[in-house]
Amino acid sequence: MKYVDEFRRHDLAQTLSAAIHAEVDPHRQYNLMEFCGGHTHAIFRYGVQDLMPENVEFVHGPGCPVCVLPIGRIDNAIQLALDKNVILCTYGDMLRVPASKRRSLLKVKAEGADVRMVYSTLDALKIATDNPQREVVFFAIGFETTTPPTAVAIKQAQTEGLNNFSVFCNHVLTPAAIQNILESPQVREMGSVSIDGFFGPSHVSSIIGSQPYEFFAEEFQKPVVIAGFEPLDVMQSALMLIRQLNEGRHEVENEYTRVVSRQGNLKAQALVADVMELRRSFEWRGLGLVPYSGLQIKNSYAEFDAEKRFAVPAVQASDVKGCECPRILRGVRKPTDCKLFGTVCTPENPMGSCMVSSEGACAAYWSYGRFRQPEVKPEPEIDFEIELEAVKAELDSVV
Amino acid sequence: MSRAVKRFPMRLKIRDGRIDMSHGSGGRAMAQLIEELFFKHLDNALLRQANDQAAFDVPAGRMVMSTDGHVISPLFFPGGDIGSLSVHGTINDVAMSGAQPLYLSAGFILEEGFPLADLERIVISMGKAAKDAGVPVVTGDTKVVEKGKGDGVFITTTGVGVMPTGVIISGDLARPGDAILVNGSMGDHGVAIMSSRENLQFETTIESDSAALHTLVADMVAAVPGIHCLRDPTRGGLATTLNELAQQSGVGMNLNETAIPIHPAVTAACELLGLDPLYVANEGKLICICAQQDAQRILEVMQAHPLGKQAAIIGEVVEDAHSFVQMETGFGGSRVVDWLAGEQLPRIC
Repeated sequence: MKYVDEFRRHDLAQTLSAAIHAEVDPHRQYNLMEFCGGHTHAIFRYGVQDLMPENVEFVHGPGCPVCVLPIGRIDNAIQLALDKNVILCTYGDMLRVPASKRRSLLKVKAEGADVRMVYSTLDALKIATDNPQREVVFFAIGFETTTPPTAVAIKQAQTEGLNNFSVFCNHVLTPAAIQNILESPQVREMGSVSIDGFFGPSHVSSIIGSQPYEFFAEEFQKPVVIAGFEPLDVMQSALMLIRQLNEGRHEVENEYTRVVSRQGNLKAQALVADVMELRRSFEWRGLGLVPYSGLQIKNSYAEFDAEKRFAVPAVQASDVKGCECPRILRGVRKPTDCKLFGTVCTPENPMGSCMVSSEGACAAYWSYGRFRQPEVKPEPEIDFEIELEAVKAELDSVV
Repeated sequence: MSRAVKRFPMRLKIRDGRIDMSHGSGGRAMAQLIEELFFKHLDNALLRQANDQAAFDVPAGRMVMSTDGHVISPLFFPGGDIGSLSVHGTINDVAMSGAQPLYLSAGFILEEGFPLADLERIVISMGKAAKDAGVPVVTGDTKVVEKGKGDGVFITTTGVGVMPTGVIISGDLARPGDAILVNGSMGDHGVAIMSSRENLQFETTIESDSAALHTLVADMVAAVPGIHCLRDPTRGGLATTLNELAQQSGVGMNLNETAIPIHPAVTAACELLGLDPLYVANEGKLICICAQQDAQRILEVMQAHPLGKQAAIIGEVVEDAHSFVQMETGFGGSRVVDWLAGEQLPRIC
């Protein structure tokens, strides 16, 4: 397929692989974090790791849009969906993400909630137009890439006077999250995780441009290379990062020049700025509360804000015990370090968010890279029944 | 019908009529539906006997029987409809044993309010598919459910066939060293269906590959009676079916991505939707696993058949206690091709 196959060419991959092997210093380690799930997906789907030297490691970051959404917000969405008059629309990936009590949108749909998968916000608008007697809520998630379409939908709804359409806004911002990772104690003070450089987001950067990364490349002295999502993009960007590290540079470079400019898409930025504003802080799964990292709908569009139209309480919900998703999202742990990985937590039965989306680090490890692991663990190491028995015994002794 | 008095004075109003509860009640309305719609378009001597069963002679040997429920949405799609699909699907399930399919039965569950014109279109298509395949529908059943309790029409077909002596084809017979073949491009059916789903209309030239594969199988078995496994990669696509076979045989598999035929338009649609074509359904494709020394011979036979022009050897069976299906990617790396988890959902970003 034109404009895609060119970026998956075997011969170019071999050439790049040779160049990377020639560039690396064999006496040091290179830990390169890909922020985006799209990169994680490409690395596993095309087997990019096989073409890299042993001392270059990909550290999977938190850039999977469904993985970073805290359980409380999914509980909110489920609550909205259970309202008989509501049609809840969202993107496909979101449906299987486990929330509290191991519920998910897919499960409440089976119980009768009207949950619909859409490919675009315009589909949600159409559903609102076709069902004037129902409340249509678009469960909006994702980074800067998916934000402009949400803004368009809200403006469109206003123009058309669609008063049964609203948005449950959960959009988050990439630079805030990268900064949070770099400031986390494990990375900065304790130095237990060394991240040497970053693959910058590709689609996100097409909107926000490469400029926003300049601050922390300088502040934290880590090179950033904006990288496309095709496997050759990833390899070329790895070479650029390794070169910067070898030369002691820490700049923002742009490999994805065919799409990303320094300024980004000004029109899209203006659109988002018109409809949305920064939240003081927003909770991320894995990162906790991150200041100024999320967006909310402005008061001038309040009628389209599901949080104002419905009662959406702040829900505190914790991850499944033993789930390492929070640390995996920060690159502090690998999926295989998690006791639940591949035992009780599999793509068929995800316990944590990283196992849900194919962009999630755990799902990618499991689906594409299992054979790299030394051994498939035979038995669950955490036995919930035994744990339950222990709790029961404790209760009995109290009585 | 030589009687002077017509059995049903008023003909069935096919053009604007609809299924109502009386069409499933066992009375005259049902008899008329069967007579004027099912008998007319599925016509054959056994069906015309109008018994609750069909009796027929079979050649000596082992019999094969398979059943398949069809609940596809939308009912009509580029390259086929639920009628032709319900014939092809069951013929293929019988044929994957190496057997010659002989007869089909069909059970219809109709929803109250379903347009008779649509039903006729489906039954005509079914009749044509059965006739083309030479496998008649010889008995059937019709039920009607209340509006809202079905999705237009569901069709369950059962097929019987007879196996040539000496042929033993089974999913547990793949052995390390065997070759893995397919008869053509992967993912056509799934993409054709997706392109016509209500919430997802996009334009594509891809049509469903829905087809009866028994004549192709007959040619293959005639050339190499010792084929080890045959299976049609329907739901879950090539990836899921290979995992089933690997598990069943206790072996691993190594695929070569560049050898797997995939139509560029299917690749494009999957790129757009964030799907992997290896997991997209097929309805006119088969996977064949055979001894390495037979692979070339079978490949030639497949390529000589109209339904196997694009046949290819896509990989080999290897020893692997974990029964992993792995693939050398066209890019130059390797990956695991795992079971499909849940439904294939589009990625967001």
